[in-house]
Amino acid sequence: MRSAQIEPSTRRPDSRWLATYAVLVYLFLHLPLAILMIFSVNASRFTVWEGFSLRWYAEAFRDQELMESTLNSLIVAVSATAFATLAGTLCAYALWKRASRWMTAGLALSLVTPEIVTGISLLAFFQWIFRYFDFRLGLHTVVLAHVMFSVVFVVTVVLARLRTMDSSLEEAAMDLGATDWQAFRRVTLPLLAPGIGAAALLAFTISFDDYVITSMVAGVDSQTLPMARRGANPVVNAISTLIVALIGTLILVSERLREK
Amino acid sequence: MRQFESQRLKLRRRFGGDGLRALFLTPSAVLLIALLGVPMAIVFAYTFLTRGTYGGVTSAWTLENWQRLADPLYAGILFKSFAVAAVSTLFCLALGFPLALFISRAGRRKGLYLHLVILPFWTSFLVRTYAWMFLLRDTGLINTVLLKLGLISQPLPLLYNYGAVLLGLVYTYLPFMVLPVYATLERMDRSLLEAAADLGARPLQVLWRVVLPLSRPGLRAGAILVFIPCLGAFLIPDLLGGGKTILVGTLVQNQFTTARDWPFGSALSMALMGVVLLLMLPLARKDGPGGGDLL
Repeated sequence: MRSAQIEPSTRRPDSRWLATYAVLVYLFLHLPLAILMIFSVNASRFTVWEGFSLRWYAEAFRDQELMESTLNSLIVAVSATAFATLAGTLCAYALWKRASRWMTAGLALSLVTPEIVTGISLLAFFQWIFRYFDFRLGLHTVVLAHVMFSVVFVVTVVLARLRTMDSSLEEAAMDLGATDWQAFRRVTLPLLAPGIGAAALLAFTISFDDYVITSMVAGVDSQTLPMARRGANPVVNAISTLIVALIGTLILVSERLREK
Repeated sequence: MRQFESQRLKLRRRFGGDGLRALFLTPSAVLLIALLGVPMAIVFAYTFLTRGTYGGVTSAWTLENWQRLADPLYAGILFKSFAVAAVSTLFCLALGFPLALFISRAGRRKGLYLHLVILPFWTSFLVRTYAWMFLLRDTGLINTVLLKLGLISQPLPLLYNYGAVLLGLVYTYLPFMVLPVYATLERMDRSLLEAAADLGARPLQVLWRVVLPLSRPGLRAGAILVFIPCLGAFLIPDLLGGGKTILVGTLVQNQFTTARDWPFGSALSMALMGVVLLLMLPLARKDGPGGGDLL
């Protein structure tokens, strides 16, 4: 045991190579965004640098269409996350209690279905429903689609968290007279909160970023942010920079809080 | 008494909780059936119908849409899509595994490093793709810099080819590889690695003979999570490949938008779905009951 504790410093002469490799991969992941941010404060519309300017930010806030689609994206992502987190958490809990072949198969199917197939299926489905009901494509159809494809991600994350938990805690609670609802509500749910938070964050991310399915099921008046502009555009750069900065700060703060 | 009590509890866990369990499963089951099962059944039915003049379908039954799939043109596109998805997955493995290993060894900073992998996701992937176009195009940053430095006299053709498509796919889906691999590495029993080291294995040997085999579930899950979206991708091939690289996702999307041939688009997507399921079935079996790696 003692040797294992001393070892880490001497055990890995390869760690420097690994760190270098990791830095390169991180560069690959972040360089395009960094450049996008730099050019969001460029005075020129083109690749040449013409000096610092915030004109694209001002323009972004004046742009009615862009603001509206950002708002739409937020509405969709928030409502889809709320519903998907609720349904997914309950489902994960039930699966943790006892596995269900059918449920697992259904979830796996939703995970492996290519987005384009999900998109056209939903389009065909909604069009088919419109024949019988007065019901149109709009933000509500987008939310429905997003809830459906995010549920599997919520279930996966919450179930992973549940599997690290001790099921005897609930048994103890029930032994002491709690009903199964009380055991869930008062024992498991509080312990599960960080997992649910992580799941919600993932659902929000996926929903906020979706273009393929959204473009299929959105009505003409329900553009979301990913659909708003086609083409590299400094105004889009500006609004993307703001979003990344905001979320990045939130993540850093939450990490700091957790480290303490 | 104790034994009786635990017996009673077991029975209660088995049967008493089932009402609650059924209730908890209902919302997700309804969602999946209504918004995945039924829509897919409709698309499957559409494959046997004839196209309507303005999109949609008319109810004349035919097998023509399936017969058209045998055309070498479409078979070729399907095959090419597979090749592109497979190569992207390999690149994601090569980049993702070391990164996951690095994060799993990072101690207190794990959370931060993990979030750094996800952070780019917070911009629209379209914006990220545009960022690459901004870098790669003839008048883009890389070519501009190289021209200014006099290293090249003609702009390099970096955009609108398969290389650019691969780059875009790997860039977009890399986090899907890193996260599940990281999860298995985290769950790994450290004492096994220490045992291997104690028995005289060098770090690389430990990596190759112990860590890699033990990370197989994560690698498998990651490969699935990367391969599938790459297979169906249509926007990245469209934007970074410029019309030159038609893959199956683009083809399906075209049938439902510009070409307005829903039945053929349905047949294409069902063929795609069939191949995906054929590939996934052995993996699902391997995972055993409960889905293993993925769920």
